[in-house]
This record gives sequence, C-alpha cells and structure tokens, in this order.
Amino acid sequence: MAKFDTNVQELKYKVLREVATLAYEDRLSTGILDIPETIVPGPKATMRCCIYKERAIVNERVKLAMGGDPSVPGVVEVLNIACDECPVSQVTVGPSCRGCIAHRCQNACPKDAITMVNHHAVIDQSKCIACGRCVSACPYGAINKNTRPCERACKVNAISMDENRKASINAEKCISCGACVYQCPFGAIMDKSYILDAIRILRESDNNAKYQVYAVVAPSVAGQFGARVGQVVSAIKQLGFRDVVEAALGADMVAYKEAAELAEKGFLTSSCCPAFVMYIKKNFPKLVPNISHNVSPMVQAAMFIKALHPNSKTIFIGPCVAKKAEQKWDTVKDWIDCVITFEELQALIDSRGIDLASQPDVEMNNASYYGRIFARSGGLSDAVAQALKEQGITEEQFKLKAIACSGIEECKMALLKANKGVLPENFIEGMACEQGCIGGAACLTHGPKEKIEVDKYGKLAMEKNITEAVQILQMAEQSAKQRSGD
Amino acid sequence: MDIQVCVGSACHLRGSYKVLEAFQSLVEQNDLTDKVNVRPVLCLGRCGEGSVSVKIDDQDVSVSPENVANVFKEMVVGHV
Repeated sequence: MAKFDTNVQELKYKVLREVATLAYEDRLSTGILDIPETIVPGPKATMRCCIYKERAIVNERVKLAMGGDPSVPGVVEVLNIACDECPVSQVTVGPSCRGCIAHRCQNACPKDAITMVNHHAVIDQSKCIACGRCVSACPYGAINKNTRPCERACKVNAISMDENRKASINAEKCISCGACVYQCPFGAIMDKSYILDAIRILRESDNNAKYQVYAVVAPSVAGQFGARVGQVVSAIKQLGFRDVVEAALGADMVAYKEAAELAEKGFLTSSCCPAFVMYIKKNFPKLVPNISHNVSPMVQAAMFIKALHPNSKTIFIGPCVAKKAEQKWDTVKDWIDCVITFEELQALIDSRGIDLASQPDVEMNNASYYGRIFARSGGLSDAVAQALKEQGITEEQFKLKAIACSGIEECKMALLKANKGVLPENFIEGMACEQGCIGGAACLTHGPKEKIEVDKYGKLAMEKNITEAVQILQMAEQSAKQRSGD
Repeated sequence: MDIQVCVGSACHLRGSYKVLEAFQSLVEQNDLTDKVNVRPVLCLGRCGEGSVSVKIDDQDVSVSPENVANVFKEMVVGHV
C-alpha cells in the first residue's frame, strides 16, 4: 500500500528520513553532502531538466528538514529553485473557440480585453483582470481560467508571484495552514521541520532518565500509516518516548470547559485550530474577544502531562503544519516543546528501521468518543453539545446552535456574518482544513475513509462520555491539593 | 510516603482511576493526608503485569480495584 498520496510527499519524506538517519548516527555534518546523490542517484533525470537541478532542490529540502531559514517568518517556505514558475497568464482561449457570432465573451468583459482575430477570441493579457466573466459566458466552455495551484490552495490570498514569477508568501496574511505545501505539484513549498529538535530532546533525556519525554498524538492518527493505532503507538514508544498520550483527552477537557464558557458568554468561536485562530486575529479583529479562551487540545493534554510530571518534555505529533506555528506562541511554548507531523513521524520510524507492520498493539486509551471525533469536521460541535448535556445545562438555560465550518472558505462566510451580527448560530466550529484535521496538510493520506476510521476509532474509546474522561483531571487536582496540605 | 498510581492507557483499562480514587479516599479516611501523598503518574513501564502498576515509595506493587483496600492495610497503615 502506498504510504503517501503523492510523489512530492514521498520525496520530502525521503529527505527527512535521510536527515534523521544521519542525526541518529551523529554523522549529519559530514553525511549531509551525500544526501542529494543518495536521493537522486542518476544518471537520468526523472523530475526536472537534469539531475543537477534535482540535486540542488534536494539540498534546499535538506535545509528545510533541518529547521529552515530562521530569517523567513512563519513555518512555511518557498523553495525558489523548485518553483516551476507556473504560467502567469491566467485566462486563455482554447481550441474549442468557434469564433461565433454572439461574442458573449466580448460583451461580458468589463475591460474590453477581448478582440476577434481571424474568427477566434484573443485576450489582451495587459488588460485582463482575470475576473472570469468570459469563462462563464462562453457557451462552448472554450475559455479557461488557470490559477496557480499554490494560489488556488491559499484561501487567505497570501500567495502571489514575485518579479521573477516565483511564488511568494505574504507573512502578514499567511495562517500557516499548509494548504500550499500539500497542493504545489512541484513540491516547491515546504513546512519547516523540527525533527532534529525532536531527536535531540529524545536523546538528551538519556532514555527518560534525565527527564521524561511524552508524545501527544492527534486523534486523526486513526486511518494513517496503514497500520493499527496500537502499532503506531508501539513504534512511537520504540523511538524513546516514555509514554504516548492522546490529544483527544485534551479535547475532552477542552469540550468540557468550552461548553461552560459558551453557556456563560452566549457566543463563541472555537480555538482548537491555530490556523483558524490566526485567521480571525488577522482578518476579524472585532471578533477576537469571542474566540474561546480555552487552550487547544494539544496544549491541554500537555498541561495535564506536565502537572503530573513537572520536569518532563512533550512532543506533539499530528497532521498539522499550523501547530508548528502555535508551538511558538508565548502561551504554548512552555507546555509543548516540539511539534512534528505524521509525515515526519514516518521518517523517524523508518530511519530507526522500525517495522510498523510487525509491531504489537500497545494501548492508548484515555479519551472518550467525543474527544476523538475532534479530528473531523463536526466532531467538536458534537462534543460541545454532549458536554452541555453532561453538565446539566438545559435548553432553557442555553440552546446550542453550532455551525461546523470545514475549510477556511466556510469559516470566512460564518465570520463575515458574525462580524455583522447576523449569524443565526451561536457557536462557530472553525477548521482551516477541509474535513477538519483529517484533511490536514501533513496527513500521509487523505480520503473518504479517514472520516470512517476516526469514527470507528472513537467508538473504541473505553470512556463513554466526556465527564468520565475528564475525571482524571479532577483526581490529579485533588492529589495536588492533598500534597499542599490544603 | 509517596504512592504513585499509573493512569497510563494500559493501567487505565484495568481500572486505575478506581484504584487512584480508592487510595485517595483511604488516605483521607485514615487521616493520613499530611503523611501520604497519592498521585497519578503516566506509564511506570510495567504495562505487562495484568493489573494496575503502583509504586509505594520504592516498592513496585500490582494493584486491582478489588485488592486495593488490602494493599493499603498491609503496606501503608502502620508504615508511616
């Protein structure tokens, strides 16, 4: 079974795996020069014009795998030499143009950019504003609007072309969702990787003797890796983690608190998805006070771990590029020490020669069904509804009307209405990726089966409701009280 | 005295929350809160033992929700 959706992901993975292997063997400083040849052995080029360009691009990927360029803001970088400068002219007339008499295209054009030359529509690119009206006007569908895949992927319009026709990311607008990373067919946009930090944290723990290292794993892990979740947990433990905690337990805790906050305030947006939170902050400053004050499930799970083990370190493993940005927030960096993705975990597992398929099942089961379904769109709303019920908040006291927004375009619609005060709902569940986290940019695979897998995995939870799952938090607090002699 | 109760996944499935709760209330009932510290911890590294992993000071003990009262009587009461 293929590990990834695309060859671009695989190429990125190979580089990560090589870097990880060398780091584990303490040969990074010398071995780094050999990576391009290892990955592009030649003699024939398979991706670009020649193997030398292919190798030069691999070199750029190595830099990203080692943390990227610190002078570039954010966690997503364009690899300039890998950007294929996809055609700029956006609206073009194809061979199906019949040179008809009606000239609907010409009439529809607000800029008089279309003329008829030899019974064929011709677009003056200097006048065209790419509004697309001619595209919909042509009865033959002969006119196409081509948008660069990166620009089309970026729903916050943060990507444009620079003077050299290379993709350029506007850090002011970018929300680090990673959509462009997954969508660029040439793999010219990549997320910075912190696998070297993860490896260092694990190794310097001296097998968890100096401090303990805990993994916090996102519930979208179900359906990834072509293996059972228990096998993935086993592999993570073999990498040197003391234990693996599901972020879904943090999600249960968040749902429990969010329900109470919502009932009190009357209107909220979720705060689980860092890209969604950044989107609100950058585009709807008026709505910032309405963002739930809860930390994300990742942070909540890490707070729980560090309450139990104050000197421990936590590494989050998930499908998300934006979590890498969230980790740098002041409110987060003390709780989460490092963030890696599923793609990067695959690279770490393989760099250590751990065979996933032959791993035994190791339990990871502390959350409830509701915490686990946070991974897919609608799950958070379901969990908040459940938490309201469990806390005995009646419909007379507060009636939940949630809107689950899947993808930033749906988020935008809801936020625009909320900004004007005309949104009929009182809770916005915002997920920057379509389908929610299972559509995350750094998932190994994306498809309809992921949602089914997450729901199936949710039903395997031992705790049947949120209250049962969060009771451990109360017990931990009681123990802290007893300790302080309160 | 320090009682660590594993609440990691494997032990959780074997009833570690019940064991933890039982220890906490036994400590209170016996008026030992200032002498005995009960706390949940993540994996103690003894997942294969069949019941809940507990560490009483330096001693490894396997405890189930059924024998927790006995363990408390034998290993805690009179030892602090």
